[in-house]
Formats: sequence, structure tokens, C-alpha cells
Amino acid sequence: MLLIDCPWCGPRDEIEFRYGGQAGVAYPEDPAALTDEQWAEYLYVRDNPKGWFHERWFHAAGCRTWFTVRRHTVTHEIKPGGPDGAPEPGRGRDAPDRRRRFPRGLA
Amino acid sequence: MNESPHPDFLWRNPEPRRAYDVVIVGGGGHGLATAYYLAKNHGITDVAVLEKGWLAGGNMARNTTIIRSNYLWDESAGIYEHALKLWEGLAEELDYDLLFSQRGVLNLAHSPADVREGMRRVNANLLNGIDAEWLDADEVKKFCPIVNTSPDVRHPVLGATLQRRAGIAKHDRVAWAYARAADRLGVDLIQGCEVTGFDIAGGRVRGVRTNLGRIGAHRVALAAAGHSSVLAARAGIRLPLQSHPLQALVSELLEPVLDCVVMSGAVHVYVSQAHKGELVMGAGIDAYNSYGQRGSFHIIERQMSAALELFPIFARARVLRTWAGIVDVSPDASPIIGLTPVENLFVNAGWGTGGFKATPGSGWVYADTIANGRPHPLAEPFGLDRFTTGALIDEHGAAAVAH
Ligand SMILES: Cc1cc2nc3c(=O)[nH]c(=O)nc-3n(C[C@H](O)[C@H](O)[C@H](O)COP(=O)(O)OP(=O)(O)OC[C@H]3O[C@@H](n4cnc5c(N)ncnc54)[C@H](O)[C@@H]3O)c2cc1C
Ligand SMILES: [Zn+2]
Repeated sequence: MLLIDCPWCGPRDEIEFRYGGQAGVAYPEDPAALTDEQWAEYLYVRDNPKGWFHERWFHAAGCRTWFTVRRHTVTHEIKPGGPDGAPEPGRGRDAPDRRRRFPRGLA
Repeated sequence: MNESPHPDFLWRNPEPRRAYDVVIVGGGGHGLATAYYLAKNHGITDVAVLEKGWLAGGNMARNTTIIRSNYLWDESAGIYEHALKLWEGLAEELDYDLLFSQRGVLNLAHSPADVREGMRRVNANLLNGIDAEWLDADEVKKFCPIVNTSPDVRHPVLGATLQRRAGIAKHDRVAWAYARAADRLGVDLIQGCEVTGFDIAGGRVRGVRTNLGRIGAHRVALAAAGHSSVLAARAGIRLPLQSHPLQALVSELLEPVLDCVVMSGAVHVYVSQAHKGELVMGAGIDAYNSYGQRGSFHIIERQMSAALELFPIFARARVLRTWAGIVDVSPDASPIIGLTPVENLFVNAGWGTGGFKATPGSGWVYADTIANGRPHPLAEPFGLDRFTTGALIDEHGAAAVAH
């Protein structure tokens, strides 16, 4: 069972979350301009590393926020942060404060 | 059963030679079967199977051994039925008892949509020459008396598909039998040999790098299941695969109570009773990517509650052991077999949650593909290019359950 640190609600049991897979996969700016290969890459191909992985989780049974963590796919260790290890824009950086202000479970 | 004592060793344990015609990466069921058919069907015996751990210690040792061929689409029917036909003669061919038991597999329907889908699949199977029957709830009860067919439960049983030729086998024995047969034909089975990279020159693979040094090869064939992405990446290839834990469990040994296999996609559980007496149950995959060979306990809890609703008689059975394997899931839940952008480098992956049943068929078509440098006709629809052409073989809805 994973203990996932929601930036709003704090550490919560995995069953409250839905998995969103690899983080940072942007919708193509001009889909019509893509070749079939590029479109296939966008639709079907994701990173699948053995090691650290930037991935998305959705706090479905909580605050209903999408957020990014780094998780190690062998040890399952979880660290906060968006791609490149930086806090996710507008979220990770603020999270500790919010967590202090909102009692856990009420957010 | 055979009266003579089981031999202490079923295969040699050779040192790797400096080069082979064919190097197979991964000594699970598929790698071993591929080696055997390369030697047996194609006379190619200058072959090594490189296994980073011990033979068949990956998913081959961890699966719930369900064998069936009642897939929806023609392409799947082709390859899985080819495998099932091979299973039917395999113990004899390999001269080893595989405890292959065609005890019938039920796929339960719990909703009108399940019923429609099940009937559709029965019809599709019959059109493909695959045995299939539709049972209503009373017939399910007759075929498998311990299933709870009461209408009052959360997921009532409205009917089921039945494939009588489907069943189970003993996974370890299958691996050992293929290993022994391949070894006897001259294949080197090399354990504790991890492939860490590839020698590629001029767009063509020349060999592999391993913890035991470089090993040259004219042809390299991946059969690494959950680690396929990791390996392919070392050859510069991105595969459309995600690796997930898939969990299973066994109960303590019980008197015989269940003489068929019962699967339910809607409640995500599948159950059989092994020859020794333990109940063997599988669940759905854990949602997250992992190579950790363990999953989350809530999956087991959910699977248990589903099993108990279907089989109230299991209420006092105790779980003996749970475990997970790492399965390589493709976007359409179908395997990827064939050539790659690197010349003479072949891929056989993406069997995900359901590749045990395919072991003989997978090995057969992969060996043919490697031997001839072009996809075997049954493998052709499963090439990597289907993700670009859009000709997916979408068995998600069809199989309904994990595998
Ligand atoms: C819990 C569970 C239940 C399942 N139930 C069923 C079922 O009921 N019916 C069914 O049909 N299928 C089932 N499956 C799926 C089935 O087990 C797999 O699809 C199938 O075993 C995969 O092929 P394999 O046997 O070759 O894989 P594996 O046995 O996993 O073989 C791959 C091998 O490659 C090796 N390897 C990886 N990387 C390297 C490297 N770099 N160098 C050297 N070697 C390497 C691994 O160590 C491993 O031994 C189940 C799987 C699991 C985990
Ligand atoms: Zn939250």
C-alpha cells in the first residue's frame, strides 16, 4: 500500500487516489501536423523506467486535485515535485503552508 | 505417473560461449519455448538463453496457470488456439507430465452488458472453430455447484461462457520440460547472466553485453516480459508498454471442492484449485508502474471480498501466501511480436497478464519469425507497426478480465 503525500491533504492511503501515469505529456499543439509515427508516440508510448518516474495522481476521494510526484518504481519511495525535481508549478511550493493551515482531513 | 525417481538435474549448466547464432534474452516460458522450437522445428541449435536470475523465476513461476483460447478477435483466436492445440500434445511431445488439465473455464457474466458480450464472444469463437458454450445461471450452478448464483448478491451471476477444452497446467513443469528438451537439442541455458546492453553497428545487432562479458550473436531475441521496455531502451527502441505488478495468492491445502476454473471480469477475480489442493486466485493489476515484484494489499482485500461473494464456502479458508509478478501491458492488451527497427533484433513482449496460456504458441511463432527473418503469419498482426497503422487488436473488452 502506498502512502501518497497529497499537496493539499497530506499523506493519505493509496485507495483514495487514482493513478494518472507519466507526468508532463502535453497534448500536441497542432495534432493535424503530426505524422502517424508522432501521433502513435503521443497516443501509445510512455516512459516505463526502472527507477525514478514523474507521475500524476488524482486525489479522487479527497480534494480532487491532480498533482505530480516522483516515485521510484522499484522501492516505491515517493518524493514531491514535478518534472526535473522542481516543485510542481503553483502547487508543490505552496503545499507545506497549506498543509499547516488546513487541518488534515478537513481540506 | 512415472515410477522412476526424478533426475537431480534436467539440464546442463554451461559456461557461455563467445558467440551464438541466436541469443534469447530471458529464460521464462516464452524464451525457453522459443529455444526449443528453434532447435526442433528449424534445426537451429547454436542458441543460448540468457537469464539474469534462475530459469523461469519470473512471471513463469508466478502465474495462475489459466489456459484458454476463447478470445474475441480473429487474430487472437489464431494464436491462442494454435497454442491450445500444442498444449493438447505437449506432455507427450516433451515426455514430461505437465499436469495439464482441461477442466473447463467459466467466464461469469454479471450484467446485461456482460451477457451480450459473452454471447458475442461465444459466437465469435464458434466462427473461428473454437469450442465455446453459453450457460445460463442454472447451467452455471450445475457445472460448478459451489458458485453462488443467488440473485440477491451485489454482482449476481446471470450466465457464463464455458470453454471445456480450457484449463490449467503446472507452470514450473512446463518450464522444466521445455528447458530439458531444449538442452538436449544443444541449446545453452545460462543462468545468472544479465544482459546490460547491445552491440549494434550499422543498424544491425552484433551481440549483447552481460555481467559475464560480451557474447556475440547473429540474431538477438528479447523474451523479457516485464523488463522488455528496459531492455529495448538499451537498443534505442521505445516500446508501447507499461510494467505493472500483478498479484495472486494461494490458500492452504483443502479437500477438492472446485474442479473447474472460474473467472469474473466484473468483480476481478479468478479461481481454480491446484492439484495439490490449494485455491489459486488472481486479481487485476495494480494501477501504478512498478518493477518491485510486489503490489498493494487493498488489491488482495478486494479480490478476497469478490471471491467470497461468489464462493461463500471459502469463508474460512486461510491465505497462505501472496505475491506479485511484473507484467508488461500494451495499449490494446495484445502482445507485440516480430521485427524491430534494429536489424536482427526481435521482440516478443506485451503478453501482460495472460501469456502463460500462449507459451507453446508464442515460442512456436517467435522461433519461426527469428528463423526466417519475417513474421510468422499468426504473429504478423501483432507487429509493432499496428500502433502506427491503427490496426489494434483490442482484447480489453473482449477478455473483460485481466487475462
Ligand atoms: C500473478 C500473475 C498471474 C498470471 N496468471 C496468468 C494466467 O492465469 N494465465 C496466463 O495465461 N497468464 C498469466 N500470467 C501472465 C504470464 O505469467 C506471463 O504473460 C508470461 O509468463 C510471460 O512470459 P515468460 O514466461 O517468458 O515471462 P517471465 O517468466 O517473466 O520471463 C522473462 C524472464 O526474463 C528475464 N530477464 C529480464 N531482464 C533480463 C535481462 N536484462 N537479462 C537476462 N534476463 C532478463 C527475467 O528474469 C525473467 O525470468 C500471470 C502473471 C502473473 C504475474
Ligand atoms: Zn488531496
